[in-house]
Amino acid sequence: MNVADMLITILNGSIIFATPLILAALGGVFSERSGVINIALEGLMVIGAFAAAVVTIWTGETLGVPGWLAPWLGMLAAMVAGILFSLPHAIASINFNANQVVSGVALNFLAAGFALFLVKKLFEGAGQTTTVQNVFTKIAIPGLHEIPIIGPGIFNLYGISYVALILVGVSYYVLYKTPFGLRLRAVGEHPRAADTLGVNVRRMRYMAVMISGALAGMGGSALSVAISSNFQHATVSGHGFMALAAMIFGKWHPVGAMGAALFFGFATALSVSGQVLGLTAYVPSEFLNMLPYLLTILALAGVVGRAEAPHSLGKSYENGSR
Amino acid sequence: MNSVNSKWNAILVPVLAVILGMLVGALVMLAMGFNPIRGYELVFQGIFGNAYYLGETLRAVTPLIFAGLAVAFAFRTGLFNIGVEGQFIVGQLAAAWVGISWNLPPVIHAIVAVLVAMVAAGLYAGLAGWLKAKLGVHEVITTIMLNYVALFSSNYVIRTFLKGQSEGTEDIQPSASLTSDFFSSIFDGARLNWGLIIALLFTLLMYWLLWKTTVGYELRSVGFNPHASEYAGMNVSKNIVLSMVISGMLAGAGGAVETLGVYGYMVISAGFTGIGFDGIAVALIGANNPFGVVLGALLFGGFSFGADNMQRVEGIPTESIQIVISMVIYFVAASAIIYRLLGVFRRRRREEVQS
Repeated sequence: MNVADMLITILNGSIIFATPLILAALGGVFSERSGVINIALEGLMVIGAFAAAVVTIWTGETLGVPGWLAPWLGMLAAMVAGILFSLPHAIASINFNANQVVSGVALNFLAAGFALFLVKKLFEGAGQTTTVQNVFTKIAIPGLHEIPIIGPGIFNLYGISYVALILVGVSYYVLYKTPFGLRLRAVGEHPRAADTLGVNVRRMRYMAVMISGALAGMGGSALSVAISSNFQHATVSGHGFMALAAMIFGKWHPVGAMGAALFFGFATALSVSGQVLGLTAYVPSEFLNMLPYLLTILALAGVVGRAEAPHSLGKSYENGSR
Repeated sequence: MNSVNSKWNAILVPVLAVILGMLVGALVMLAMGFNPIRGYELVFQGIFGNAYYLGETLRAVTPLIFAGLAVAFAFRTGLFNIGVEGQFIVGQLAAAWVGISWNLPPVIHAIVAVLVAMVAAGLYAGLAGWLKAKLGVHEVITTIMLNYVALFSSNYVIRTFLKGQSEGTEDIQPSASLTSDFFSSIFDGARLNWGLIIALLFTLLMYWLLWKTTVGYELRSVGFNPHASEYAGMNVSKNIVLSMVISGMLAGAGGAVETLGVYGYMVISAGFTGIGFDGIAVALIGANNPFGVVLGALLFGGFSFGADNMQRVEGIPTESIQIVISMVIYFVAASAIIYRLLGVFRRRRREEVQS
C-alpha cells in the first residue's frame, strides 16, 4: 500500500467511524442545550441500531423492498424508535422533576434489555440478528470523487454519512439562526426568562429531547446497517458515551461536536489501518487500540480549555416558578 | 405529621418502585408469551433455592457493593465517576501482580495485595480528578476514556509480563487468597469469600468518613455547592482530587477481591466486566447512601443472578429482569410519579372517610 492509498483509507475511515458519533452527539447537543441532560444517548443508539437492523432485514428480505431502499427504511425506523424511547426520559425529566442522570441510566439499561429480549424472541433464542443483506453501500459523488486523494477519501461515503454531515449544518442553522433555536437555547439557559416571554418551556424541552432521540437512533442505525451488518449486544458498546464525550468536547455546539467526533473517527481509523498495515509488529496491538482514547484525553488536557455547560442543565422547571 | 410522612415515604418509595418495576417486567413477559408468575418464581428459586445459590448470589453481590460505593462516593462530591469500570480493572491487575509476584506470609499477603490494588486504582482515578481540578477537563469524558485505556493496557501487561498457561495470568499464591473455607462450607461450595466482609467494612468506613469527619463534611460541602465551599475557605481542587482518589480506591478494592477471592487469576478480556457500570445503577438505587448501596447491590445482584435460573429452566430471556431493574431505577428517579399515585390514593381514601 502506498502513501496515497493509506491517506485515502485513513481519511475515508475517519468520516465513516465518526458518522454514528456525529449523529448521536448532535442529538446530545439538542437535548442539553434545552437543559435536559441526556446520558441516555447510549440506550437510544442501542434501540436505533436494533430497530434499523430488524426493519432493514424485514423490508429487504421478507417484503422484497429494493436493496438500496431497505437501509433507509431501517434508518427511519431507528429514528421513530429513538423518539419513542426518548419519551420516558422526557416525561421523567420534564414533568416529574426526576434526577436526569438517574433517568438516563435507567433508560440505558432498559434499551439494552428490551432490544436483546426482542432479538431473542424474534430470532429464535439467538443473541444476535441474522446478517443484514442490504446494508448501506458507498456512494461516490460524480465528478468530485475523481479529485486525487480527497475525492475517494471524502466523496465516497455511505449515504448516511452524507446525511450526518448535512445535518451538522442543518442543526447549526436551526439552533442559531431560527426563532425555534433561540427559544430552545433560552429554555436551557434561563427558563424563567423564556417563560416570561411566552415560550412554553416544557414543550420546547419535549421537542428537544425527541429530536435527540431521533438523531441518536439514526446514529445507532449507522452502526448496525453501515459499519457492521447485524445487531448484537456489542454493536453499540460505548458509542453513546463516546458521543456524549464528543458533545462536551465540542462545547455543546453542533460544529464542535462534529469536530470532536471526526477527531475520534480519525484516531480510530489510524488504529484500525495501523493493524491492517502490520504496525503490530512494532507496536503492541493493545496500544493501537488505546490510541483513540489516549489522544482524546491528551487533546482535552492540552488544547481545549474549560467547557461551559448550558446554565440550567439538569434543572427541571415548574411553570411560573421563580 | 409531615415528618412521619416523609419517613414513611423514604421506605415506601423504593418498595413501590420495586413492585412497579416487577409489574412492568411482568407485562413485558406476558406480552411476549411467557408466564411472569412462573418467571419470578424461578428467579427467587435461583436466589434462595438452596445454600449454593444463596452463596453464589452473595458472591455476585460483593463486587457490586464496592462498585456502588465507589460511584456513590464520587456523586457525594458532585462528581460522576463513570470510570469505576476501569479502576476496577486496575485493581484486579494490581492484586494479581502482588498475589503472583510478591512473597509474603499468609493473611498479610492478601491484605497487602488489596492495599496495593487500592493505591493503584486510587491514583488512576486521581488522574481524572487532577485533570478536572487543574485543567477543567470534564471528568465524565476522562473517566470514560480511561476505562478503555485500563482495559487495553491491562491486557498488554498480562500478555507480556504475567502470562500463565492459558489466556490469563498464573494463579496467585495461596497466601494471597481471600477464599473462605468457612463460607464455602456453609454455602455448599459457593465461591463466597472474605470479600463480602471487607465490602461491609468499607460501607461502615464510608459512612463514618462522610458524615462523622471534617474531611467528609468538606467533600459533601464541595459536592453540594462548590462556590459557597470555596468562599468558606475550602480548597475545592484538593477535594475533587481527593474524592476521585477515594472513589478509585473503593473500586480497586472491589477488583482485588474479585481476583483474590473468586477467580485466583485474571484473564485477558476482550470487553468490560460490566461491574463498574452496574455500580452506577446500584449507587442510584441506593440514593448514594452507603447502606442504600448495600441494599441496591442485593437487589441488583440478586435479581441478575436469579435470572439465569429463569432462562435455564423456562427459556425466559434474562433481559426481562434487566428491564425490571431498569424500571426500578426509573421509578426511583421519577419518584414524583409514585408520589402522585400515592397522592391520588390518599385523597380517594380521605374522600371515602368523609362521605
